[in-house]
Amino acid sequence: MITFMNNSDSEEEPCNERTSLMSAESPPVPSYQDGLQALEAGEAQAHRKRRAGSSRGVNNIAGGEMSGSGVPVRESALENEEEELTLKYGAKHVIMLFVPVTLCMIVVVATIKSVRFYTEKNGQLIYTPFSEDTPSVGQRLLNSVLNTIVMISVIIVMTVFLVLLYKYRCYKFIHGWLILSSLMLLFLFTYIYLGEVLKTYNVAMDYPTLFIVIWNFGAVGMICIHWKGPLQLQQAYLIMISALMALVFIKYLPEWSAWVILGAISIYDLMAVLCPKGPLRMLVETAQERNEPIFPALIYSSAMMWTVGMAKPVTAARGPSQQQTWDAAEDGRQHLRSPSHAESQMSETRSPVPTRPATSLEELEEEERGVKLGLGDFIFYSVLVGKAAATASGDWNTTLACFVAILIGLCLTLLLLAVFKKALPALPISITFGLIFYFSTDNLVRPFMDTLASHQLYI
Amino acid sequence: MGAAVPLGCAAIALGPAAALVLLTVAAEPLLVIVLVAGAFVWLLSLLAASLLWAVSVRLSGREDAALLLLGAAAAVLLQELCRFACFKMLKKADEGLATLSKDGRSPISLRQMAYVSGLSFGIISGVFSITNTLADSAGPGTVGIHGDSPYYFITSAFLTMALVLLHTFWGIIFFDACERRRAGGLGLVVGSHLLTSGLTFLNPWYEASLGPIFILTLCTGLWAFSTAGGSFRNVLKCLSCK
Repeated sequence: MITFMNNSDSEEEPCNERTSLMSAESPPVPSYQDGLQALEAGEAQAHRKRRAGSSRGVNNIAGGEMSGSGVPVRESALENEEEELTLKYGAKHVIMLFVPVTLCMIVVVATIKSVRFYTEKNGQLIYTPFSEDTPSVGQRLLNSVLNTIVMISVIIVMTVFLVLLYKYRCYKFIHGWLILSSLMLLFLFTYIYLGEVLKTYNVAMDYPTLFIVIWNFGAVGMICIHWKGPLQLQQAYLIMISALMALVFIKYLPEWSAWVILGAISIYDLMAVLCPKGPLRMLVETAQERNEPIFPALIYSSAMMWTVGMAKPVTAARGPSQQQTWDAAEDGRQHLRSPSHAESQMSETRSPVPTRPATSLEELEEEERGVKLGLGDFIFYSVLVGKAAATASGDWNTTLACFVAILIGLCLTLLLLAVFKKALPALPISITFGLIFYFSTDNLVRPFMDTLASHQLYI
Repeated sequence: MGAAVPLGCAAIALGPAAALVLLTVAAEPLLVIVLVAGAFVWLLSLLAASLLWAVSVRLSGREDAALLLLGAAAAVLLQELCRFACFKMLKKADEGLATLSKDGRSPISLRQMAYVSGLSFGIISGVFSITNTLADSAGPGTVGIHGDSPYYFITSAFLTMALVLLHTFWGIIFFDACERRRAGGLGLVVGSHLLTSGLTFLNPWYEASLGPIFILTLCTGLWAFSTAGGSFRNVLKCLSCK
């Protein structure tokens, strides 16, 4: 789920730079889908405690939804300017999302290629009850479709349940689930992951050290995600837990079921966000009515940090160019945009302007435009790339092709977000491209490239 | 092979590309997007070429060198076609960006986009050529145990490097030729791409393949440099500024 965070005209809270997700700033509309994933995650985790390592959590429903910039009040005078600036910022936000998605995928692919545990078959999740060890192809296909139906129905039930919970204001319940699910991810799954990595590299670690490491990792993670912490640390933790979740999925979903589930969940995502009666859309509307932000955990926020009381080095360079773009007639919102506007133009080949340290208050209140992407998106992207790395006969080209496809899908989705400015699902385009590229690269490109490489031919 | 061979070959093959990306592309978000878009377009061309090759192999029922030659030629032509598609797309994007900006000029020039799209073709082409080789080189084995050349890895790395640089130069020349509607430039780019690919068919006779390819790279580089507006005097001016 991708969301724009715009400052609403009235709620400018300064000095909030330490808050992980600046939830007070975010307008109601964008955050909701993000919270949904959190809720679903919580539910799934709670259900699954008995199954070691089985979790569906974070991704489920919301999978990936993008909420466009939910600027509640649109003044016609500012609309064109906003559009222009939105599109200008678009490139920066695309990169701000490329980096974490790439990092997550790198972690997943590196783990898959080195730690054998995550490619071994050790049972299945309770949500994919049909086995794929059948003699005939038709039976296997049927079983994978049935698995998908079961999985998607569970997801739908959970989503509806969550919408009801939110509608009837059972916030404590939701919070409890969120905390429980992130506890499980940060402690149990990290412990398993660390154990497997140590086993792979044959490194011995005593239990006291292990305890201290896991305890610190988990405790800091809980604080960063659910309370306050440096933005980059929070982003790093979110990337890590997404990678852990994706690895669990890669391990426990059977082969064909995984691909069918990926396809089905992007269709579901599309419908849940765009259809008028879709659960997520209803959630958005409810939240909009109540005018309240939703749970900050389990949403990746790419917002820029605020600098209060000190000028970042980059701010210095922005100072004079900001002067040029300042227009006294424009309101505070425009002022806040200027720093970012200038910053995005910093690397241009225009003549360098002599700089001076920025000290004015407006420069200190940096524009808080950012994009939020739901963790479900991270997870499913990584599942696709990880599965490609795990099952494509040792071929790296398939993994790379899927990676490029997903990035392009994300780029296109963000472009659509800038154009439509409303909630959009982030899964469909990327997953479609990813699936197309996976199957075509694995079956068509791989033999061609292998033949060329064996004769050392280059095209 | 341990870690020396894959790391060394990776540095040779992708080092220049990585340096170029880090120094010139990474700072500008729009250029990064152009980079990824170019890679995607190249992948589409490769997909089409593989499909063609697979269909021809299936139809003819056998897999021999002639079909491979045809497949490679088709791949080259499709790549150039996709480069043209890239040009059209980026030209439109350039116009769009220009209209959006306050002063009517787009934040990045078409020349920059030409360079980055060429670089993106080069990177993705190089990465696709060499990653599997590198992965294999990290594992156990003896190179050329069946009588093939023992210099497979290092020559592959150098060939990949040449190809990355060639793609970058071709990108610049191609876009400039398209911009000025000069068919000669286009023809020369396509011709030199076909020549390069054809020369690799002479492997493992490396003197005949690597040598000419590097000479071609140098010449294409100089041609691209002059196309982009560079000259000997510019170089002197740039050096004397330091």
